[in-house]
Amino acid sequence: MLELQDVTAGYERRAPVFRAVSLSVAPGEAVGLLGPSGCGKSTLARVAALLHRPDSGRVIIDGTPAGGWRHRAPRAQRTAFGVVFQQPRLSADPRLRLADLVAEPLRANGRSAEVTETVRKLTARVGLGAELLGRRPHEVSDGQLQRACLARALVLGPRWLVCDEMTAMLDASTTAALVAVVEEYRAESGAGLLAVGHDRVLLERWCDRTVQWGGLGASLTK
Amino acid sequence: MSTPTTTSGPVLSVQGLSVRFRMRGDTFVRAVSDAHFELAPGECLALVGESGCGKSVLASALLGLLPGNAETAGSALLDGIDLLRADEQTLARTVRGRRIGLVPQSPAAHLTPVRTVRSQLEETVRELTVTPRPDIRKAAVAAAERAAFPADHLDRYPHELSGGLAQRAATALALIGDAPLLLADEPTTGLDRDLVERTVDELKRHTGDTRALLMITHDLAAAERIADRIAVMYAGRIVEQADARAFFGEPGPRHPYARGLLNALPEREFTPIPGLPPELADLPDGCAFAPRCTSATDACEVLPPLDSGVACHHALEAQRA
Repeated sequence: MLELQDVTAGYERRAPVFRAVSLSVAPGEAVGLLGPSGCGKSTLARVAALLHRPDSGRVIIDGTPAGGWRHRAPRAQRTAFGVVFQQPRLSADPRLRLADLVAEPLRANGRSAEVTETVRKLTARVGLGAELLGRRPHEVSDGQLQRACLARALVLGPRWLVCDEMTAMLDASTTAALVAVVEEYRAESGAGLLAVGHDRVLLERWCDRTVQWGGLGASLTK
Repeated sequence: MSTPTTTSGPVLSVQGLSVRFRMRGDTFVRAVSDAHFELAPGECLALVGESGCGKSVLASALLGLLPGNAETAGSALLDGIDLLRADEQTLARTVRGRRIGLVPQSPAAHLTPVRTVRSQLEETVRELTVTPRPDIRKAAVAAAERAAFPADHLDRYPHELSGGLAQRAATALALIGDAPLLLADEPTTGLDRDLVERTVDELKRHTGDTRALLMITHDLAAAERIADRIAVMYAGRIVEQADARAFFGEPGPRHPYARGLLNALPEREFTPIPGLPPELADLPDGCAFAPRCTSATDACEVLPPLDSGVACHHALEAQRA
């Protein structure tokens, strides 16, 4: 289970973006979180992925409360998450070639030995050809870069995936392709998914259940 | 130079427009190849395609905003001016803002961050119209109202606006010059569904009967909502041009790429087109879509011309049969 209990979070202590939101995702379940832009759903996704420390409330991952946030999160918890953001350009180090971008989490976790094999397998799965792997982010399109970012999110074999508007910048075909990759990975690994977005048609097609932001017990502070 | 527009005839006529970028080692990236289309007053043409297919380069070419290593061919006539040959002075003084109003991709980045919306509107009014100084303030408020930008937000800075309001501020700026052509480059990227619908509806409303709207987008739902005609671009070429109702309804798209794009929508089959688009620096001689196409044959090694709205050998055969 991935559980968020009474989470209040934001960027200023006195004016949180949302208060007392609860949400849980069962193992293997795909939950779509729908909300208009600016409602705080991305902040909630960051809290769920241990990337943003909430002002109050708890995040419980497979029975264990989150032991820290961002780089202070225990490695076992941190690596249990794969995260894909909306804007691939902002979430890719412009200096890294795509192959190194995908391999980075492996190297950071002392698993360099697996790089060649895993990167080859994963990039083939997301549809990146060998000639693209030698390029840097500015030399590829948004769609190609997002494919690399998805491969990076899967490279450690996470138990939980958080996709924050993963396809908002992409065309219909690339969207369908990336969702298919996520679903294929989930089918074989049993990973749970929290997909955040504003496209109801897409999330209802993609996820087991969708929840509307307003139905989370959230009292918005604006 | 320009003569006043006559009532008939297209607003914009693009004939054989090609853009290529010269790269190191004398290689070329062919971003747009041989594009033909016309836009009549009151018409909305949606140019759709995947990211990196050359859509935005086409927009930059019309505005004369291509980088130095670009080489263009063909013509793009707007109000008697060939946009591809016009010098910078003509473009700056008579085209941008005055004959082409640009609704940008990311309004937050388009607006000047250190000045309020009011000050930017007033500057644009001053530059683009002959408004007596005392009336400028009023004209700026009127411009904001035209794009449904709330008057009590006029003294805000761009970072204090939501995505939807920033979009309206940018639209208000684009409308001030009363240009006959509105050019919207991905106006809905990153907006939520309600805002997408509101934004494109407003663009459609501003187009009215006298202006023409060229909307460049990868959002097929937005295109379906307002476009009269659809042009599908693949690997720098327009591979299909069709009436929007026929394209989204019956008989549907005729080019296999356009069909694949529609079928990828979550409300349809939600299946991706296999493979990736070709590199624009390394385009095949024949049909660029053939490597991803299920019905490709030897005939596809020859480049299919755009014939009666579609550039595909098989679609034409099917029609003749």
